[in-house]
Amino acid sequence: MIPAAFDYVAPTSLDEALSVLAEAGDDAKVLAGGQSLLPILRMRLNAPEKVVDLGRIEALRGVRDGGDHVAIGAMTPYADVLGDALVREHAGLLARAVETVADPQIRHRGTVGGALVHADPAGDVGAPVLALDATMVVVGPGGERTVPAGEFFRDLFETAVGDGELLTEIRIPKHTGWGSAYEKFVRVSHQWSIVAVAATVRVEGGSIAEAKVGLTNMGSTPLRATAVEQALVGSSASALADACAAAADGTNPPSDLNGDADYRRHLVTVLTRRAVQKAMEG
Amino acid sequence: MTRISVTVDGVSYTDEVEPRTLLVHYLREVVGKVGTVVGCDTSNCGACTVHLDGRSVKSCNVLAVQADGHEVTTIEGLATNGELHPMQAAFHDNHALQCGYCTPGMIMQAVDLLRENPHPTEDEIRQGMEGNLCRCTGYHNIVKAVAAAAGASERSDA
Ligand SMILES: Cc1cc2nc3c(=O)[nH]c(=O)nc-3n(C[C@H](O)[C@H](O)[C@H](O)COP(=O)(O)OP(=O)(O)OC[C@H]3O[C@@H](n4cnc5c(N)ncnc54)[C@H](O)[C@@H]3O)c2cc1C
Ligand code: FES
Ligand code: FES
Repeated sequence: MIPAAFDYVAPTSLDEALSVLAEAGDDAKVLAGGQSLLPILRMRLNAPEKVVDLGRIEALRGVRDGGDHVAIGAMTPYADVLGDALVREHAGLLARAVETVADPQIRHRGTVGGALVHADPAGDVGAPVLALDATMVVVGPGGERTVPAGEFFRDLFETAVGDGELLTEIRIPKHTGWGSAYEKFVRVSHQWSIVAVAATVRVEGGSIAEAKVGLTNMGSTPLRATAVEQALVGSSASALADACAAAADGTNPPSDLNGDADYRRHLVTVLTRRAVQKAMEG
Repeated sequence: MTRISVTVDGVSYTDEVEPRTLLVHYLREVVGKVGTVVGCDTSNCGACTVHLDGRSVKSCNVLAVQADGHEVTTIEGLATNGELHPMQAAFHDNHALQCGYCTPGMIMQAVDLLRENPHPTEDEIRQGMEGNLCRCTGYHNIVKAVAAAAGASERSDA
């Protein structure tokens, strides 16, 4: 299938991109890695008049050390995030989740920023970014603002990034020395998450000093399992099941061909226990 | 129409394309690289895999205009001086194909896999090829071929 015709612009700076977007208004669509947008255009679920490709804006790509945080340019492809030493050392949970996304070809093109703005509830980067208390940098005609991850995801496919705005950077506070794991449950390889759990923990003297847990596909946005996070403090590896039993609290999972909501509510408790257990191991 | 310049299998091309043209259609219909095939409408099957600046991509999920100024290698660019690339030879030697439709994409992805991980385990081969579907072989001989090619490059490294 072939997309409907559109005009194409590939600005080379952020300012240029913002002015193109301001001029085009509703008729423009931003193109990042294209791994969600191009299938949508090919199926003609959307037919923008103008496509604004961010691929030529070098400043949006790459990972840098921001002191107390790791700053990831919105246009950094998954594959580069995976290979990045700063991400591996200080934001290991994100790397664990990214390695489960799609397949190598799609990870060469798809970007972390594109995935976050696309905000598919079954997407794998929302939950770790939420659990790691990241801050999103959003730029628009009125300048730059920062949005905490907890306020970024609004609903199905809806984020705090408004029309004419761009996500430029994801800032992840350093979680140096934390163990992490991403437990993604699928029936066949190369599938979207039926449910997944992102867990990262700081262990002191064999028990959990701090825990952060994010849930994928347990509602219309990624969710934080705050009750579990609190219950885990002080737990040792042999006593996780009780603390993880609350993982489905406050969730609103979908029912579909892969499983109904009750099945997902059960699954999430099992996956949370496994994820926390693995995270404690490193 | 937008003018693009793309290097394909070592030769540079300059063409006027509609922005909506997919890279795979540009390669097949304008450049004539019909070795790269389309197997699905959902970017799942991997049959269209090529290398863009040395990294594997699904060319049905990239616009030709995004490749402007970049370098593409297709299955037709792997052999040198009429001699099969070691991965092509390994697929041949190990009966890693039946109908052959998935083969161009499989080989391009397998070459990429060994670039990133020259000595993969069987599990790493299966994971690394997860974006490529084969409806004939049951994958067994494909995995064998990739392992054999990795072994061959190990011997030539030594
Ligand atoms: C076969 C297949 C399997 C997949 N499997 C998985 C999977 O298992 N898990 C998973 O998480 N994902 C999966 N994906 C989706 C993949 O992760 C996408 O790459 C990702 O969702 C989108 O990133 P992108 O850079 O390609 O963005 P694009 O597709 O280019 O853009 C996505 C949306 O975000 C907007 N946008 C992008 N960047 C910005 C920005 N900086 N500022 C403002 N708006 C922006 C675009 O306008 C568009 O609406 C799969 C995709 C395919 C095709
Ligand atoms: S044709 Fe590109 S993935 Fe199937
Ligand atoms: S050999 Fe027929 S699809 Fe793979």
